Amino acid sequence: MSNDATVKTPAPQGGRAGMKKELSEEFKAYKHVWVFVELERGEVHPVSWELLGEGRKLADKLGVELAGVVIGAPGEAIKVAAAEAFAYGADVAYLVQHEALADYRNDPYTRVFTELVKTYKPEILLLGATTLGRDLAGSVATTLLTGLTADSTELAVDADGSLAATRPTFGGSLLCTIYTLNYRPQMATVRPRVMAMPERRDDRIGRVVEVAPNLVENDIVTKVLSFLPDRESAKSSLAYADIVVAGGIGLQSADNFQHVKALAEVLGGEYGCSRPVVQKGWVPVDRQIGQTGKTIRPKLYIAAGISGAIQHRVGVEGADLIVAINTDKNAPIFDFAHMGLVGDATLILPALTRAFRARLSVNRLAS
Amino acid sequence: MHIVVCLKQVPDSAQIRVHPVTNTIMRQGVPTIINPYDLFALEQALQLRDTHGGEVTVLTMGPPMAEDSLRKALTFGADRAVLLTDRFFAGSDTLATSFALSSAIKKISETWGTPEIVFTGKQTIDGDTAQVGPGIARRLDLNQLTYVARIAEIDLTEQTATVERRSEGGVQTLKTNLPCLITMLEGTNTMRRGSMPDALRAARAEVVKWTAADAGITDLTKCGLKGSPTVVKRVFAPTPRSERAQLIDLAGLSNDEIGEKLMAEIFARQPGLEAELEKTAAGY
Repeated sequence: MSNDATVKTPAPQGGRAGMKKELSEEFKAYKHVWVFVELERGEVHPVSWELLGEGRKLADKLGVELAGVVIGAPGEAIKVAAAEAFAYGADVAYLVQHEALADYRNDPYTRVFTELVKTYKPEILLLGATTLGRDLAGSVATTLLTGLTADSTELAVDADGSLAATRPTFGGSLLCTIYTLNYRPQMATVRPRVMAMPERRDDRIGRVVEVAPNLVENDIVTKVLSFLPDRESAKSSLAYADIVVAGGIGLQSADNFQHVKALAEVLGGEYGCSRPVVQKGWVPVDRQIGQTGKTIRPKLYIAAGISGAIQHRVGVEGADLIVAINTDKNAPIFDFAHMGLVGDATLILPALTRAFRARLSVNRLAS
Repeated sequence: MHIVVCLKQVPDSAQIRVHPVTNTIMRQGVPTIINPYDLFALEQALQLRDTHGGEVTVLTMGPPMAEDSLRKALTFGADRAVLLTDRFFAGSDTLATSFALSSAIKKISETWGTPEIVFTGKQTIDGDTAQVGPGIARRLDLNQLTYVARIAEIDLTEQTATVERRSEGGVQTLKTNLPCLITMLEGTNTMRRGSMPDALRAARAEVVKWTAADAGITDLTKCGLKGSPTVVKRVFAPTPRSERAQLIDLAGLSNDEIGEKLMAEIFARQPGLEAELEKTAAGY
């Protein structure tokens, strides 16, 4: 027995009921693609724009509209977010403004979102797989009794117009494609940086639909007592870094991790690691790259002593240039890296750091 | 106080292998463990019980062999274990799983008293969805607190919980009413070593086994494959990139020459990079 969508054995082709799309009359009325625009403390999480880029493709294929749903406190930030949603590809922006929506709280957000879905009936609903998006998506899907595919890495529309959401399964050793055939909306979450950032066009405009929520603060049980913001914002973090240097257990010791950090520092980038390094306790979990850690899309990714299991691969494939250093010439990382060095990373990393430091300081003095 | 902790028995994913020809999971010999994220929930529950008194009931849905994980939880000090097992649950997705578990929690409430808190881990290592906790909360109408890093206060007189929750850009301090559902963040505590009396008790303890009917489930269309709106149509191995990495020849080079050569190759492939580094990199 298995108890997750992701560990189900696929039913035999054509054999079992429920493998073919049979939409009820009620669900046939569901149209258009929606993206939840994650506005928190005045800022939109960039994953929302990445999803609008992906949602645009799905909407064009289906010949329907793309809408951004922005929920928050009345004010300037929510209006700016709506305008930005148009710039990133939305045709419509649903604005739900209320003082009780100033901070994210599960209960009021779930209530206004499910009401919105019931009223306007989207066929596809996409959310970022952030702490907020995952908190909200599970509640919304359960309230609507519909299907939700978490942490999708690829979204497509198939011949009969169904959403095909692909995600890694079994700890990232295989991929599976999941459908919500007979329920609407079809929901999926996607992690930050899995999809490319679309081009921003500020000349694009769209239609704003204002929805007045039926909320009373006194009815909401959960209260926000305080909020302590992190020092670094989403954009400056590992997931959004332009240059990332990461190490694996091929580095052989926690001490050797200093070579990874030194190179990252000289390049003005961020450092990361593979999952086994976290399990060994060499590096904290927030530095983990891969299916169960962060997904990155840097211009340059240097992987030192990382073998390149699929769980790691799915987190780094969006990088423009992947450079792998590994003593094992048969390591799977050489199957997806662009450039490879067969050698000892504990020697090559310091040499590379020296080379970059020399070049960059020489050029800087000359300019 | 009464606390329910939902656990899942999962294959140790570090040891999963895929058959190279058939692309199927080779399950034979893969050891099963309690989902590591769930241990943070269990330890937190045990600490609350130790402080406030009461009982911790652990609950899992799974095949009969999932009893092993429950017994393990008893050795850590849980007071009672319930295994929800029935062939009707086979193939459950997150929605069907949250239905089955919430039905069992209702039955637990009727039998041993309503829990003030239901705990889950933040996600499992085999499904990675993080959706079953919120699903249970919704179905039981519990106040939902996900990604909790610290429980600041449980006030049983006022029936309130104050917690610090990891949100995307910081830490939110939330206060809500009991009963609530908490999904615990990893790294928030260290699982205790079970005591000798607990180990002896666990070995003899009875694990309560419930079928769907025992858990009070009458509508079997909400269970298993039938109750799952998602359908897995295809399982496949990722396609390898068409070309392998361009390997740089290091023969006869000193370490410093390797560094120089690699830097030159990187700049050759990413021509814009050097100018950008000039602007952003520390470069000292």
